[in-house]
Amino acid sequence: MMKNAVFIYSPEQLGYKFSDSHPFNHKRLLLTMDLLKSIGALSDDDIIPARVATDEEIALGHDVKYIDTVKKAGHGLLTPQQCEMYGIGTEDTPIFTNMHEASALLVGSTLQAVDYVMQGKSRHALNLGGGLHHGFHGRASGFCIYNDSTVAIRYIQEKYNARVLYIDTDAHHGDGVQWAFYDDPNVCTLSIHETGRYLFPGTGNVTERGNGQGYGTSFNFPIDAFTEDESFLMIYEQAVREVFDYFKPDVVITQNGADAHYFDPLTHLYGTMKIYQEIPKLAHKLAHDYCDGKWIAVGGGGYDIWRVVPRAWSFIWTEMNDLPCPSGPLPTQWLERWQSHSPVPFIPTWEDPTPLYEPIPRKAEIEEKNAQMLMKALHIIRNEHR
Amino acid sequence: MIIEEIMNKDVYSLLPSNTVKDAIQLMKEKQIRHLPIVDNRNFLVGIITQHDLKNILPSSLHDHEQITYNTTLDKIMIKDPLIGHPLDSIEDIALTLYESKISCLPIVTGGKLVGIVTTTDLLYTYIELTGANKPSSKIDIKVTDKPGILSNIAEVFKKHKANVLSVLVYPDADDANSKILSIRVQIINPLLIIEDLRKEGFHVLWPNLPGIEL
Repeated sequence: MMKNAVFIYSPEQLGYKFSDSHPFNHKRLLLTMDLLKSIGALSDDDIIPARVATDEEIALGHDVKYIDTVKKAGHGLLTPQQCEMYGIGTEDTPIFTNMHEASALLVGSTLQAVDYVMQGKSRHALNLGGGLHHGFHGRASGFCIYNDSTVAIRYIQEKYNARVLYIDTDAHHGDGVQWAFYDDPNVCTLSIHETGRYLFPGTGNVTERGNGQGYGTSFNFPIDAFTEDESFLMIYEQAVREVFDYFKPDVVITQNGADAHYFDPLTHLYGTMKIYQEIPKLAHKLAHDYCDGKWIAVGGGGYDIWRVVPRAWSFIWTEMNDLPCPSGPLPTQWLERWQSHSPVPFIPTWEDPTPLYEPIPRKAEIEEKNAQMLMKALHIIRNEHR
Repeated sequence: MIIEEIMNKDVYSLLPSNTVKDAIQLMKEKQIRHLPIVDNRNFLVGIITQHDLKNILPSSLHDHEQITYNTTLDKIMIKDPLIGHPLDSIEDIALTLYESKISCLPIVTGGKLVGIVTTTDLLYTYIELTGANKPSSKIDIKVTDKPGILSNIAEVFKKHKANVLSVLVYPDADDANSKILSIRVQIINPLLIIEDLRKEGFHVLWPNLPGIEL
């Protein structure tokens, strides 16, 4: 019988670790899983172990020379200077022991999710260890070594010959995936992110629409710093609905970076838990409307791993399983188990307290600017319909 | 940067003996707004702009004899237009275009037409200078307008082995004694750099949105 959803996880996924003080920390996976188990939403039967991607599979999205460099660097055979042109050995993406093996496992995890969905073993699949959307063909960037989504999309094309819609709600632009499929009319990328005026990677302008045959299959929705929930969700809902209807994908991959929250140290979007309750709901609905349910969700950014990510990511799994959106107090045993590890006091409920922060002075103007941006970004679709 | 590096070298031009009709067709076909006029040795003798053509064209409903369309360009072109040299700096050219309120400059050497620069090319250069051509974050820092500051700031970036892609210095609209430094740096996590800059007493604006203080 087809399962509703599978949860891809192996403890080895936590091996993707740069250092104890590095902001990218996959302890998030453990915290999320434990939270879901504590509310009885996740059982061991739901969990499918990760697998390691082969070199051939990784090469679907990456240069062989680059793969070789990552291997050697992780085995202590190269100095940071020798890796410089590959973007590794930097403060963002330092060298760590067995970095190839750890990265290949995250890619394999997403491929595992793909196979479960595309072979009809499960309607949906979640790999929170994936979503490393900044990885480039021959270069690491922004904490990302291999780009599991890029590899997974190529894998879907080769093995299952399907049209893929990639939706990226990480606060940073999904540049690696966008550029990989910029010329490809059979892959549509959609990214909603804080404008690149200040934030990394600086790209993701509305004018980036694809190239050649792929023109019109890249969509970017750069939103302003201090966007807040309402404007974020307005943009998300309209963008995603219209692009689904325009592109009509066979399968959807969502990248669920959880770094648009007010608490996130790297970004300035001022979102709250509300956006993380809503994002998976619409993705789920549209996956059923257009893709016969075929929905693969991966993780991504999220740098407040204590107060934000576990709650935000839990909502994806409960939504996949048609469980009611958790609300009210968080399980006491979970709070007690982890509070002593956390440098900050937990928010003890699924919802954020209101208000979470002081009102933003130029709210109306920011919303107006975002709405204007949405019109520009969707212009190409709306014109066609007229 | 000099004009030679950004000018269009494949220039579409016409002869003085070509007609208004030829000019309209070529502009339409190549989607351009300016046509230098050269003699048969490629010496620049004039220029025609889309704006000039619009001014002389009668309504298409009235001109049955097509007199205007068959007029030769030597009768209507601007003779001895302003020109630039391949070695001119981009700043010079920008100033000329701005002050003369024109939108294009033929580039001439030895009397011959070798290129053309328009405001669009200058805007593209601006986009390249200020934009993110590589994945990067931008940090704005408000600094006192005095010597040595840039070096102190550069030390912090060096310490973090962060690759700086561009640096812009512009006046602070609110304070004549300070400047805003806008630095594009190849890093996703600028927090450690920002922390160190603040420790050194620098006023980091990140992000910098007037009316909103973090």
